[in-house]
Amino acid sequence: MDLVTPGLGLIFWTTLTFLILVVLLRSLAWKPILAAVKDREASIDNALKAAHAARAEMAALQSSNEQLLKETREERERILKEAREIRDKTVSDAKATASAEASKVLEIAREQIHMEKMAAMTEVKNQVAQLAVEMSERILRAELSDAKAQAAMVDRALEDVKLN
Amino acid sequence: MIKIKTLGFIVFAFLVSAGSAWASAHAEAEYASGPAAEQSKFDPTEMIMHHIKDAHSWHLMDWNGHAVSIDLPVILWTDHGLVSFSSAEFHHDNSGKVVVDRNGMSFVNHHEKIHFAGEEHHGTLIDLSITKNVVSLFVVAILLLLLFVSTARHYKKVGSNKAPTGMAGFVEPLVLFVRDEIARVYIGPKHVDRFTPYLLTLFFFIWLNNLLGLVPFFPGGANVTGNIAVTLVLAVITFILTNVNGTKDYWAHVFWMPGVPVALRPLLAVVEFIGLFTKPFSLMIRLFANISAGHIIILSLVSLVFILETVWVSPASILLSLFISSLELLVAALQAFVFTTLSALYIGTALEDHSHDHGHEAAH
Repeated sequence: MDLVTPGLGLIFWTTLTFLILVVLLRSLAWKPILAAVKDREASIDNALKAAHAARAEMAALQSSNEQLLKETREERERILKEAREIRDKTVSDAKATASAEASKVLEIAREQIHMEKMAAMTEVKNQVAQLAVEMSERILRAELSDAKAQAAMVDRALEDVKLN
Repeated sequence: MIKIKTLGFIVFAFLVSAGSAWASAHAEAEYASGPAAEQSKFDPTEMIMHHIKDAHSWHLMDWNGHAVSIDLPVILWTDHGLVSFSSAEFHHDNSGKVVVDRNGMSFVNHHEKIHFAGEEHHGTLIDLSITKNVVSLFVVAILLLLLFVSTARHYKKVGSNKAPTGMAGFVEPLVLFVRDEIARVYIGPKHVDRFTPYLLTLFFFIWLNNLLGLVPFFPGGANVTGNIAVTLVLAVITFILTNVNGTKDYWAHVFWMPGVPVALRPLLAVVEFIGLFTKPFSLMIRLFANISAGHIIILSLVSLVFILETVWVSPASILLSLFISSLELLVAALQAFVFTTLSALYIGTALEDHSHDHGHEAAH
């Protein structure tokens, strides 16, 4: 029974000690410790939030980067295609012009050759004719030195006329 | 740094105690007339009861047949004022034979209770002595202050944005455990910060007292949390905090339970009213009984050699007391946890706002 009878003295000292301990620890220990822990929790929370925000921003940045890259690639493709088209067009134009020019030159040359040939032919004809005339004159002169020959000559000429 | 301080304190306490013990041992030598003659048969019940009860001097050991102990001040509140003297004046007598005269009154120590000698009666006699348990309380209070104030200082010095190191690294998880697993679980977010300091102090006070009670030598070994006066004080403080902070709703639930047939309400009021007191009463008994039981078991196992009067039982005695001591280490923390948790629960219930629906009634 003695064991379960609380002693007044111990009640007094326990109350005193415990209450003083609560008051002292509350102001000297628990408040600073809990405040420090709360501070740290808040700063960790902030850091985590900042990290999340940074990650989101990074992702946004990356996607916009990709968009930009894609656009640039398309732009390059477009420019290259245009350049290719311009080149092809220029080349084909040049080809057409060149061939037209060449055929024109060829035509002129051909005409010139033709004309030269004609002139040469005419001249050859003229010379042949003249040569023939001279030859015939010489032959005539030689043949017509006697009267008989002259008469035969006239006959032949007449025969030709008759034929014509 | 703190280790050195604590060590210094313990060494200091030892020096003081050694001096005092030396003196008392001498006094004992003069007093004891027949030293060996009185050695009767070993009575384990008496030894155990003596150990788990409070004492006016701190018995450290026996040396050459003499008790080596720290004499503690006896302080008595009487009708003739405050009387105080050293417990050495009783010469380790607790059978009520040695009479100490002070202020015209004479006192005897009978089983560690101070009475007036003989038939004389002088009215009030309140024993406010600094007993073994009171010294142990002081030691625990000083250790707690050293531990936690230095930890708090660490935060001031290092700043809160660094990981806790040293003592703070050890203390912080415990503090956070009490805050997150006890206070915040049972007390609403609106009030929790007001009660966390009390719950923290309660938890560490009980725990360290339990642990110190398991240390077999000075300054441990006192059965503080196994003393009903100590658990009574703690339970009463929880009781006061619970009922002083009780909301209108809480009292309505006690005296006029909503959601119950009106005819049943007076009956429930009686039950709930008794419940107000049984809750702290169970707190008081649970801690007292658990810690006292632990001390009794360990002391019984240690006494086994003397009870059975054979040295061959010592291996069993040592192994069993080692086992129970390890178990008691767990119980020390567990009982601190249980006391604190239930205190938080009772306070939290009193503060709860039931203005929402009464659907939780079914869960009760």
